[in-house]
Amino acid sequence: MQFPEPLFTRFLKPLVFACALIPLVLIGWGVWQDSLGANPIEAVTRSTGDWALRFLLLTLALSTLRRLVGWTQGIRLRRMLGLFAFFYASVHLILYLWLDQFFDWGGIWRDILKRPFITVGMLAFLMLIPLAITSPKAMLRRLGKRWKTLHTLIYPLSMLAVLHFWWMKDAKSDVSEPLLYALILAALLGERLYQRFKA
Amino acid sequence: MIIKRAPDLTENDTTAYALYQNRREFLKFLGGAVALGTALPPLAWAKSVFSTDEKPTDFEDITSYNNFYEFGTGKDEPASNAKTLVTSPWSVTVDGECEKPGTYTLEEMLKPHPLEERIYRMRCVEGWSMVIPWQGFPLGSLLKRFQPTSKAKFVRFETLADPQQMPELKQKVLDWPYTEGLRMDEAMHPLTLLATGLYDKPLLNQNGAPLRLVVPWKYGFKSIKSIVRISFVEQQPVSSWEKANAKEYGFYSNVNPEVDHPRWSQYNERRIGEFSKRKTLMFNGYAEQVASLYSGMDLRTYY
Repeated sequence: MQFPEPLFTRFLKPLVFACALIPLVLIGWGVWQDSLGANPIEAVTRSTGDWALRFLLLTLALSTLRRLVGWTQGIRLRRMLGLFAFFYASVHLILYLWLDQFFDWGGIWRDILKRPFITVGMLAFLMLIPLAITSPKAMLRRLGKRWKTLHTLIYPLSMLAVLHFWWMKDAKSDVSEPLLYALILAALLGERLYQRFKA
Repeated sequence: MIIKRAPDLTENDTTAYALYQNRREFLKFLGGAVALGTALPPLAWAKSVFSTDEKPTDFEDITSYNNFYEFGTGKDEPASNAKTLVTSPWSVTVDGECEKPGTYTLEEMLKPHPLEERIYRMRCVEGWSMVIPWQGFPLGSLLKRFQPTSKAKFVRFETLADPQQMPELKQKVLDWPYTEGLRMDEAMHPLTLLATGLYDKPLLNQNGAPLRLVVPWKYGFKSIKSIVRISFVEQQPVSSWEKANAKEYGFYSNVNPEVDHPRWSQYNERRIGEFSKRKTLMFNGYAEQVASLYSGMDLRTYY
């Protein structure tokens, strides 16, 4: 399964880019219209976190799609989707630092040390930073083989991101949503393991 | 001494219900017209000494941002799903260590108790808060009617658990029916309210119609909604949240900025409708009235 090359580069890729911005536009619109309910700050923080996680999973899904249905073009969307994951995660983190903690660094540090769901969330974000920095093609060329090794960080960081969500929801005794993400991640990682041992 | 009925009052002198309902608007209008700028509070109810002067949270927010897991775990779900709750007829079963157990209709429960307004702070364990103008009456005055015996050390409450009316019960998020409890002295405390309305309107279903508990110095989940059973018991009851996760939700669950929830700090809170956070107060600001109930207790152990 492939799209004609001009269709892919001139139409599909920009379309994916535009679609990836839709959550941001909707969130911005919701803030502008004050239609995010009684606690808009919580709503925006949650939804940017959700989207960071969704883009992570989408990024992971592209190579799975290549192996399972032979869609090789998808890999060329991977950098973009990965960077969108980083983008939404950054907004999510900034909202926490600013509107939840009001840049009280002492409080933030205590939060990171004492609260496991914050600890793993922060760890996942830290691991995402080198991946974003080394995303340009020039970096890939410079790092060579080490680039690939470095980018396997996406596996543990995705697990930490799901765990972050899980532990946050677990306090409310409702893990149905994080469970769904965990299952999708398990399928994506499981497929990789399967390919590895099959070979 | 015989108190005679005032002879000059007839049925026509009673206030029309619609007018009664509108008195707040009327008073606001009066207040605005007569005393421009002198900030007269609208005196709809005799002002309770327990009421706060803080600005009440918007009605829209109080009725659309709720935790009522029987109607879904999302904050916006109870407002849309709780329409299926049938609050009339309603009855409450009273049992356990008391002289007058039985099943009472809502009317029988409420009849002897004059309603009063109490504007209370409400602090959710999740870190947000509201100011809510409740209408209700002290729980203690109701409990006394059933003549609890000396064995009654605690009061246990149950929410309705009817899968027909509450479709989310099939999600075993908690062990239904939702159960809560208070120590007898907490239950008899004058701050402890049974509410039937808020903002001068009967309670909406998502807020726990037709009858709910309000314990303003404890985290919101202690204030059990849509009560169908009140039991006087000798042993400390186990609340639903305690059963689900005893390390995180204790029996007392008094608002306490010093004792963190294992997953987040309780040091501050976001008042719904406000941008910045404010510091959480010991016993949610009711320390003067209730701190003595817990003197000598280590509040880190009895969280």
